[in-house]
Amino acid sequence: MKVAILRFPGTNCEFDTQYAFEKLGHSTELVWHEAEKLPTDIDLVVVPGGFSYGDYLRSGSIARFSPVMKAVTAYANDGGKVLGICNGFQILTEAGLLPGALKRNNNLHFISKHQNLCVINNDNAFLNQCTKGEVLNIPIAHADGNYYIDDKGLEELEKNAQILLRYSDNEGNPVVVNGSVTSIAGVCNKNKNVFGLMPHPERALEAILGSEDGIRMLQGFEN
Amino acid sequence: MTAIVNVFLKEGVLDPQGKAAHHALDSLGFSGVNDVRIGKQIILQLDSEDKTKAEAEVKEMCETLLANTVIEDYTIELN
Repeated sequence: MKVAILRFPGTNCEFDTQYAFEKLGHSTELVWHEAEKLPTDIDLVVVPGGFSYGDYLRSGSIARFSPVMKAVTAYANDGGKVLGICNGFQILTEAGLLPGALKRNNNLHFISKHQNLCVINNDNAFLNQCTKGEVLNIPIAHADGNYYIDDKGLEELEKNAQILLRYSDNEGNPVVVNGSVTSIAGVCNKNKNVFGLMPHPERALEAILGSEDGIRMLQGFEN
Repeated sequence: MTAIVNVFLKEGVLDPQGKAAHHALDSLGFSGVNDVRIGKQIILQLDSEDKTKAEAEVKEMCETLLANTVIEDYTIELN
């Protein structure tokens, strides 16, 4: 598999993401935000975490207008697979490629810790190696991860099985972490080719560092 | 012409900063505050002297970039 990983000024998870996919045996290419085209023959675009453009105005609001995002939008509209992690999730919602928006955490703190997540839907290109209801332990590190969507939008997400993950306790019961609507930690678009989540699977590849649950998440794209 | 854009979280969308400030005001003894909303103000200096045209332009700027209309409302004031 060949993975394109975007870089904006302020991105800081691109090398972790690159390490993760290469550890899983894939080739990667970093793509600067000014690129007007994506590399050819790619199987996945990852918008990694960080603080693109210093989170000015709103997290992700400036990055979404980068030249490379035009190419990503065209790629996604053509059915290409796109994964946004943390700031990448914020960029994809700002770009309208994913529904909803990410607000400041309800406790106003930057939250950085390992967090249990419950797999809500796995019939998609991302979480197919996980089982429904399974609890994964993945690090989170964000200030603006409070997912908001209106009631009608939430109904749509439920109906189309677009909710990927919820923050949970170790038994899979939803818990309030940052104020997200129904504890949502990740969603996908209706066509199930664009995925976004606040937690960082690329930081959970080694048991010695606390968890290797991220491996199965990222391996989903191999199928 | 100057355009003053105020961007606020929509009614019904919880404003955690407003809530924290409200709580602080209560703790300081400022009673009688029913609600606190915190927004941001964006001041634009425009070339245009045509108010109608300027308003349409600023509205487009808000819809495109300055506000995220999924969660935010905005007001435009032209002077």
